[in-house]
Amino acid sequence: MGNEVIDKGRRRILAITTGVGAVGVGFAAAPFVMSMMPSARAKAAGAPVEVDISKIEPGQMLTVEWRGKPVWVLHRTPEMLASLDTLADKIADPNSEASEQPGYVDPKTRGMNPEVIVLVGICTHLGCSPVKKLKPGAGEGMDADWKGGFYCPCHGSRFDLAGRVFKNMPAPTNLPVPPHSISDSGVLIVGVDPKEGVA
Amino acid sequence: MQKLLEWVDARFPLIKAWNEHLAEYYAPKNFNFWYYFGSLALLVLVLQIVTGIFLTMHYKPDTALAFASVEYIMRDVPWGWLIRYMHSTGASAFFIVVYLHMFRALLYGSYRGPRELVWIIGVIIFVALMAEAFMGYLLPWGNMSYWGAQVIINLFDAIPGVGPSLSEWIRGDFVVSDATLNRFFAFHVIAVPLVLVALVFLHIVALHKVGSNNPDGIEIKENKGPDGIPVDGIPFHPYYTVKDIVGVTVFLIVFAAIMFFAPEMGGWFLEHDNFTPANVLQTPSEIVPLWYFTPYYSILRANTVAFLGLDAKVWGVIFMGLSIMVFFFLPWLDRSPVKSIRYRGWMYKSALAVFVVCFFVLGWLGTQPAVGKNVVMAQIGTVVYFLFFLLMPFYTKLDKTKPVPGRVTSK
Repeated sequence: MGNEVIDKGRRRILAITTGVGAVGVGFAAAPFVMSMMPSARAKAAGAPVEVDISKIEPGQMLTVEWRGKPVWVLHRTPEMLASLDTLADKIADPNSEASEQPGYVDPKTRGMNPEVIVLVGICTHLGCSPVKKLKPGAGEGMDADWKGGFYCPCHGSRFDLAGRVFKNMPAPTNLPVPPHSISDSGVLIVGVDPKEGVA
Repeated sequence: MQKLLEWVDARFPLIKAWNEHLAEYYAPKNFNFWYYFGSLALLVLVLQIVTGIFLTMHYKPDTALAFASVEYIMRDVPWGWLIRYMHSTGASAFFIVVYLHMFRALLYGSYRGPRELVWIIGVIIFVALMAEAFMGYLLPWGNMSYWGAQVIINLFDAIPGVGPSLSEWIRGDFVVSDATLNRFFAFHVIAVPLVLVALVFLHIVALHKVGSNNPDGIEIKENKGPDGIPVDGIPFHPYYTVKDIVGVTVFLIVFAAIMFFAPEMGGWFLEHDNFTPANVLQTPSEIVPLWYFTPYYSILRANTVAFLGLDAKVWGVIFMGLSIMVFFFLPWLDRSPVKSIRYRGWMYKSALAVFVVCFFVLGWLGTQPAVGKNVVMAQIGTVVYFLFFLLMPFYTKLDKTKPVPGRVTSK
């Protein structure tokens, strides 16, 4: 065995066929890997959600499900809106420059009209759903200087009443505002931009 | 009977395998209490596979049916509650046994040469076991199942660039959904168990090639009698099969006691929040993983500072990954001239003691909300955890060791 001359031509063929075979295995694996991506049905499941919000009293919040996620609709009182300005220096991204929202909402109050805010209720840290702590003060287990907002039970991120995250919290950005539109009769459509069609 | 055996043996190395791995496999004669956990881990693996097969006969991997099918197993399937409690208690038992098995390696230097591959395969088994437990936990589709999976899969989002598409690929959807449940079922009942069984086989093949370590950390193969048999070795069968049966008996007594009288273990083995079906609109008031993941969950949450251009969250994921990966390097981090803790000095003994305390503290913190001094404690714990490994080359080398005897001792 050891004294035989190495046939370089055969070695080369062996290497080439092995290489071509490996490429073939790679191609054959691709369909299996890609079969695990979101299916056509999962992609199509993002239908818009309609909800009548004309009956929400100031200070009340409604939760609807859109694309399998909780979406919050909060009707803010004037006091709630006033609290937003006082917090500007405690907020990580007060003008929502790094955060996700459509261009037609105000970057500070984050509503199309100031009273009604629509938020995806999923923490931008690791995807828990924060809990509403709308009452100011220590009543709901928050600090005495709490102005009302949201608290994520998983890793302690705090958000104000515009879904803006406070400084030095695990969540990197503000809660996202989904594309939405509100008709004159007070029907909110989540997932549809105003006068544009499905987002 | 003899004829049948001969017939088989002419076609399959039955007697050879029996002798090599049982009747003429010579194990050190000084195995102690810590050597029960290898065979117990094997027992629990079999228990999980058998109970798992029977659970799949009634379980439905569909978000609309999963929770109810588990309740159906608990209430309507004859003896279904027993099989399910065996499986859920078995999951925690598996980790208890495996943690003790790994601790034994730390005590007696079982990861040291020539057993590096035994150890590395073992760590891979540990990683596979964690994946298996994580995916199994989604299947009952309780509220903690759902939100726990949501949080852990979102970790991959943190990876710069490919993160978001990677987590979509894992979920098969934009949120944890039916697609996720279905594929976790596939991984939990087929893919990972096959890998686990194959790895356990390799673990034992590698072990039997180099032979077992022992509480004195000396190589019995270096001292053979005229018959070529290690003078400190005894055949695995019948000596250790009999010893292991004693271990199995005691283990099963404890196991049955938990299974019959405390299957939830006060929320440690089955969490209270998981008795509510998954609710995509509401996170449980606290997300707590099952106890066996809590030390790593603490390390994940410990970092709160962004540096080197990466988010605090990304570093948390990296630290958690490293805290498990670092085990692979253990054989090369330990520079002590002796293997067993019996002949090591105060430095390794105290380092190991501090590490164990740190592991328990991190585990406890993982069950608590990450606020105030808990965060600082988790940060200190994480640093200590890593220092145990990173300083190991220094303290094991500096440590004053005692002379190792030529023959195994019996204590």
